[in-house]
Amino acid sequence: MAPIKPRISVEYAGNATIITFTDEKILEEKDIQALQESIMSVVEQSERINMILDFRNVRFLSSSVLGLLIRISKKIYECDGKLRLCNIDPKIYEVFKITRLTKIFDIYQDIESATEGSSTAD
Amino acid sequence: MLVAGWSLSLQTHCKGFLKWHKFMASKTPISRSIAVESTPSAIIRVCKHILAELEANNFSRDDIFAVHLALEEALINAVEHGNKADADKEVKINYLVDPDKVEISVTDNGNGFNPNIVPDPRYGENLYKTGGRGLFLIRSYMDVVEFNERGNRMRIVRYKKKPHASG
Repeated sequence: MAPIKPRISVEYAGNATIITFTDEKILEEKDIQALQESIMSVVEQSERINMILDFRNVRFLSSSVLGLLIRISKKIYECDGKLRLCNIDPKIYEVFKITRLTKIFDIYQDIESATEGSSTAD
Repeated sequence: MLVAGWSLSLQTHCKGFLKWHKFMASKTPISRSIAVESTPSAIIRVCKHILAELEANNFSRDDIFAVHLALEEALINAVEHGNKADADKEVKINYLVDPDKVEISVTDNGNGFNPNIVPDPRYGENLYKTGGRGLFLIRSYMDVVEFNERGNRMRIVRYKKKPHASG
């Protein structure tokens, strides 16, 4: 059976749920759909989730992935949860900056600062 | 058959050719036409193919990232909005890679759209929308973005970034 892509890994640190994208590029619409289903099911399993999305492996994304992130953030905020992004490659950070998505996402340099941010959040 | 054009152009791109091409890159402008079916996997193949040409012609990582982003968005627009994801409709891609620039045109079979009325995704409620950023990203990362009158063909150009002149 072919491995399911794209993959995510899920870890728990304190009260934070850390989701790491394991693929370098997230391109196809069906991959984005699969990611959405996986992440939404994690969101639904917790009450007031403190989610950190770790981009350490991601080197390229398209505007469809930005749309996915907005859908995830809306879902999390609806459930009174928190969302943080971290370890974003400088070229991808530039995409967030020019689209002004840095205004709506909490972006941290690394997992340590993102985890600290989530432990100080109420 | 739509994939025929694609297969034909691939025949000239065996590994040996690419190695030779890398060596000759600065002296060899490349101009090609490709027609592909309107599917996500065809988009990925076209992107990979053109990005390999840029790599062989010593375009920087920043240039390659920029072209990848813009080309992917242009192809997604052509497939999803232009051809309504109908796999039987083709997307035509013409591209030229020379030592100074890459120029790509993407044509779909749709009725076209008016690029001047696409809202700015950075402001107001648009910032919170899940779509509508593709054209803005293309304009941000390309040096030239033009449309034909019908609005079903986009031409994009990125000039190779030169090292800063000294003095």
